[in-house]
Amino acid sequence: MPEPLLEVRDLIKHFPIRRGLFGREAGQVRAVDGVSFDVRQGEVLGLVGESGCGKTTTGRCILRLIEPDSGTVRFDGRDITRLPRRELRPLRRQMQVIFQDPYSSLNPRLTVGSMLGEALAIHGLARGAKARTRVAELLDLVGLSPDHARRYPHEFSGGQRQRIGVARALAVEPRLIVADEPVSALDVSIQAQIVNLLQELQRKMGLTYLFVAHDLSVVEHISDRVAVMVLGRIVELAGAEALYRAPRHPYTLSLLSAIPVPDPERRRSRIVLKGDVPSPAHPPTGCHFHPRCPIARERCSREEPALREVAPGHVSACHFAEELAEPGVLTRAPAVASQAPPVPPG
Amino acid sequence: MTEARRPAAAGSPGRIFWRQFRRNPLALAGGVLLALFYALALLAPFVAPYPQDELDRSRFYHPPQALHWKDAGGRLHLRPFVYATVPGPGTFEYREDRSREVPLRFFVRGSRYRLLGLVPSERHLFGVDPPARVDLLGTDPAGRDELSRLLFGAQVSLTVGLVGILISFTLGLLLGGVSGYLGGWVDGLIMRSSEVLLSIPGLYLIIALRSAFPASLPSWQVYLAIVAILALIGWAGLARVIRGMVLSIRRSDYVTAAEALGMSRTRIIVRHVLPNTLSFVIVAATVSVPGYILGEVFLSFLGVGVQEPSASWGNMLQQARSLTVLTDFPWLLYAPGVAIFLTVMAFNFLGDGLRDALDPRRLGAGRAG
Repeated sequence: MPEPLLEVRDLIKHFPIRRGLFGREAGQVRAVDGVSFDVRQGEVLGLVGESGCGKTTTGRCILRLIEPDSGTVRFDGRDITRLPRRELRPLRRQMQVIFQDPYSSLNPRLTVGSMLGEALAIHGLARGAKARTRVAELLDLVGLSPDHARRYPHEFSGGQRQRIGVARALAVEPRLIVADEPVSALDVSIQAQIVNLLQELQRKMGLTYLFVAHDLSVVEHISDRVAVMVLGRIVELAGAEALYRAPRHPYTLSLLSAIPVPDPERRRSRIVLKGDVPSPAHPPTGCHFHPRCPIARERCSREEPALREVAPGHVSACHFAEELAEPGVLTRAPAVASQAPPVPPG
Repeated sequence: MTEARRPAAAGSPGRIFWRQFRRNPLALAGGVLLALFYALALLAPFVAPYPQDELDRSRFYHPPQALHWKDAGGRLHLRPFVYATVPGPGTFEYREDRSREVPLRFFVRGSRYRLLGLVPSERHLFGVDPPARVDLLGTDPAGRDELSRLLFGAQVSLTVGLVGILISFTLGLLLGGVSGYLGGWVDGLIMRSSEVLLSIPGLYLIIALRSAFPASLPSWQVYLAIVAILALIGWAGLARVIRGMVLSIRRSDYVTAAEALGMSRTRIIVRHVLPNTLSFVIVAATVSVPGYILGEVFLSFLGVGVQEPSASWGNMLQQARSLTVLTDFPWLLYAPGVAIFLTVMAFNFLGDGLRDALDPRRLGAGRAG
């Protein structure tokens, strides 16, 4: 097994909630509440969870764009969590980020060429004519034309802008890319193009991705392994194939059932979760998922489930993970699981 | 948002700006008028027929003289002329002597001056043969040519705004930028100071600050004092807005991307944060110039501004504060009044036009497009 390029251990980030005149701390949002995982060299790890579960914060903490409260992030065997800014800077070149919103992630006042050229200049990679050649190469790499370099971001569509964002990340030849919901803001037709582009680049250049998304369908094809987060914690992590075929956490199961199937004939059983997402400022006791869980029992509100290996290379944080392996366990809980009406044709 | 859709606007921000700006006739007119005013102020010694402090004791409160092309006999003249005037019957009353035509001459020799402070010259754009005089906008209570004073006054009144903005915007950008970027106690200190400044009624603050300087100073020092006073009051509002903008830009993804690329803080501020406040700063600067012009008028009106015999629009207006003047010698109000009015309106129209043309959404910062 290849060495992990990225090791995340017990990562914690709590944001204080300040109130009143003197900024008294009134509480904490537990955005990331003890997250651990590895990403191996050349691997794509999908990180999936609903809005507000802390997946973006996790990504930013790994890149030290947000300072984590505690825990360690090791990149290529080196602990980067407590590196001073100055020493961190050369490492920045090896870890890049792609953003969700292609509109706010490009400076409207810079041409594409100067944006990419700037990235090259910071790390002394290329200047002058060499930089221009490299910019053209980069644009070509992400499927844009070299003469796009003279244009400004507002002259591009959302999908094209996201390609520019990818080119900026690639400019410094990184080893790890944190893709922070890179397709969530795009049209469905464009999503596939960008995912395919990222996959192609990953294979061609041997990149390692931490691919953040809020639904499982997006990461299905690109990920080698998938981690599922609920309220600041990972609840399930497994090889992509195993996770999609035999999920061992009820939350993952509900996410999978939410993936639309483009077949009007097929009747699907959908697991519709009840209730709202609990606030990360006041997470529920015990298992964070228990108020919405279709198979929750008394133990779940009392005892916090630990991540444990339920199959080789497959970890889950559910007290009853083994039961999920039996077919039809969820449909036996009629109070919550429901038979969805068939999707109308068209 | 699909790849097929063509983007709405093409070209550099400068070209888009110009395309938008051209469509606004009022803003264009404002810009042209201001360009003209500033050119006239710069060339004041040449355009003005007389020095600002040259007085004629036989022509106190002389009304404006009309230019004529047709004489009493109905004959057309090639060059315009004015009729000579004789005093009487009452004090400060003048009658036109229709038999004496005084032709206007162009590029005449007159008093010596240095154009732009450098080129010595004695040519004036127009004038009449002495001892006759021409006062197209009349004369003031001391018998000085109102037009000449208006032109020389423009040098003070029009630049007070530019210099004032230079100072207050430097302060405002610096303090607002630091406040927004650093945050913490620095932010608190700067913002509380600005609040203190903003909570004092403006007029009293101006007078209080003016009293900190000696009452009588050479006019250039008064000028500097006025600019300093106005600029010290002006930075606070600006700094607050800039702070807000810096706070929001700092959290934007493109700044995060720059951090992820390992860019230094200085470079991020200079390359990514400040340029994105530029459209606001340009517009804010334009619309705040009138405030400085009016501030100078206000101080001079109170008699603590630019001192006689130097001219400023403010101290010219000061001569028009009595009821007698308003009824009997209204040109003393009209000349500086119209000049101030036109300048302020021109700045406002220009500012509005710039605001529309520099709208960041049109430059594609937002989702529109």
